[in-house]
Amino acid sequence: MTTALSLREVRKDFGPAKIIQGVSLEIAQGERHAIIGPNGAGKSTLFNLISGLYRPTAGDIRLRGQSIAGIRPYRINRMGLSRSFQVSNIFSNMSVRENVRCGVLWSMGQGYSFWRNIGNLKLVQEKTAHILDSVGLIDKADSPAALLPYADQRTLEIAITIAGGADVILLDEPTAGMSHSETDRAIALIQKATAGKTLLIVEHDMGVVFGLSDRISVLVYGEIIATGAPEEIRGDPRVKEAYLGDEAELPEAVA
Amino acid sequence: MSDQTQNPGLIDLAPTSAQKFTTRLLPLILFAAVLLIIPLLGPSRTAYSLLNAIGINIVFALSYNMLLGQTGLLSFGHAVYFGLGAYAAMHGMNAIEAASFDGGTWALMPVFALPVLGFAGGALAGAVIGWPSCRNAGVPFAMISLGIAELIAAAGFMFVSIFGGEEGISADRMNGIEAFGLSLGPISEVYWFIVFWTLIGVVGMYAFTRTPLGKMGQAVRDNPERVQFVGYDPQRVRYLVFIASGGFAGLAGGMSAVNYEIITPESLSLLPSGFVLLMAYIGGIRYFAGPLLGAIVLTWMQSNLSDFSEAWLLYLGLMFIAIVMYAPGGLFGMVLGFARGIIQPDAAPRLTRWGALSAAAMVTFAGVILLTEVAVSRTSGHVFAPGGLPLPPSSPLSWALGLALLIGGGWAIRHLSQRFAS
Repeated sequence: MTTALSLREVRKDFGPAKIIQGVSLEIAQGERHAIIGPNGAGKSTLFNLISGLYRPTAGDIRLRGQSIAGIRPYRINRMGLSRSFQVSNIFSNMSVRENVRCGVLWSMGQGYSFWRNIGNLKLVQEKTAHILDSVGLIDKADSPAALLPYADQRTLEIAITIAGGADVILLDEPTAGMSHSETDRAIALIQKATAGKTLLIVEHDMGVVFGLSDRISVLVYGEIIATGAPEEIRGDPRVKEAYLGDEAELPEAVA
Repeated sequence: MSDQTQNPGLIDLAPTSAQKFTTRLLPLILFAAVLLIIPLLGPSRTAYSLLNAIGINIVFALSYNMLLGQTGLLSFGHAVYFGLGAYAAMHGMNAIEAASFDGGTWALMPVFALPVLGFAGGALAGAVIGWPSCRNAGVPFAMISLGIAELIAAAGFMFVSIFGGEEGISADRMNGIEAFGLSLGPISEVYWFIVFWTLIGVVGMYAFTRTPLGKMGQAVRDNPERVQFVGYDPQRVRYLVFIASGGFAGLAGGMSAVNYEIITPESLSLLPSGFVLLMAYIGGIRYFAGPLLGAIVLTWMQSNLSDFSEAWLLYLGLMFIAIVMYAPGGLFGMVLGFARGIIQPDAAPRLTRWGALSAAAMVTFAGVILLTEVAVSRTSGHVFAPGGLPLPPSSPLSWALGLALLIGGGWAIRHLSQRFAS
């Protein structure tokens, strides 16, 4: 088993507020790992630390053995780690196709080139079309991104995230605010789009979490109180007490 | 990816070649055709000098929009790159003149090619000044651009050997090698020089918007945070676009140097920096062609209205405010909206609506003009007499008429827009 992502004693303070208090986590290559926890537990902060938006106060984060703590987000992205956002974070004045193309460009070696016509880059166009097709947005390719319905914007968010071909994918509440049928479609999409890749997902919907993940970590007040397979987490009394609270909720959500 | 069974080659999302032709090549061909036809109409010297000024301003305004419209950078000091490019070209022109007596490498450089030197000067200035200023977008960028404009303009007056002090430096364009058989003596020959470089500038800047860097500039404008998570450094994107924009501003400066044969430190100052902002914004920063239209309209206004009325800058200001508030797409956005309004079905009622609203707006504007001109005539002593009807400021009737137009037009706009809304 090779480790894709490892966190060792990662801490993050904002002034006196200790948001992440020594998180250690090993995520294997190809694993689907979910992070759950009550609001304010530090889940999004953890994502911001891993993806480079924040620099950890202490501890180390390694991507395939290479330290990425404190490295700028675009460098981490180029090393093959890509993330989505909890609120849709797209290029709103561009078309859907242009949005996905922005995600494709760097991985196709285009860099900052200003001597090539983007319309003539056959491989870029094909990859963009391929991704749009695989997420089911091909019919809306020329719509302005800002005019997409909410669920489609969430899909576009995922499409941009996977466009660069990163093999470690971080998804921050990809199904938040979706209806049941939209959520089902989103799960199917996530499974397809991240097949063979390492997935780290923050999610509130327990159905999504237990259905999708190989292992689950429970984050409470900046600490991981339990990590394990879904059955272990479901049976863990500490988890029930700290997070799930109402015992009746869990079987129902999973059913 | 799991679905490699699909053939991505079957999906072609690119516009068809017919679409490409009508939206990209055709407008350019028409633009070039107009430029080529104009001399056949036998324009006067005045017309030529206006056309040359328009060409220069088209390139300048488009270069400004590489920052504002394309990358979301609000600059208050873009004339710095225009001016430094013009100075580079001007020193080049003097070097060519010196070389035509003493020989040397400058003798190989035709005056016609001086805008290249202007481009280099503007790009170099962009590379130096952009390094500290492109770290942030938004307010810090705007403030730094303002500070740098002040600083460079002040330096322009201080370093006389480079900038020539208040009277600037001048040169003679009729030296050295003649390119394309143009002596560049008569203004009609300078016109061809302006046409050549205007087309180069327009095509170059349009092509830039279609490159990976140009596209990422638009992405940085929309969402700099997300750009970091698709592998790009937004700071680097801004910096590179800034250099290119400085280069094209310098190109316009080089055109100006050859056209006017003089450059003063005044041209580095906040005044032309503000004017280029107005040209781009009034024309429409959301569209590539917006600043082009803005440059044509505002340059025409600058040269014609200023003879006609002392208060033309006031009208310009009103126009700017009206566009910021009611038509953020600018003049070009209005033209596009109008064209779409004609093509789409049910055109007749919509056009009637627009016609009524524009008529009401025009009445209001007539009131504004009347009041302004009557007020101005109080100090100038020159009685405002539209259509032979004298409206002296001493007569209450003059003021009443202006107010009546203003209030009547304003009421009509309000009334009409409420009626059409329901």
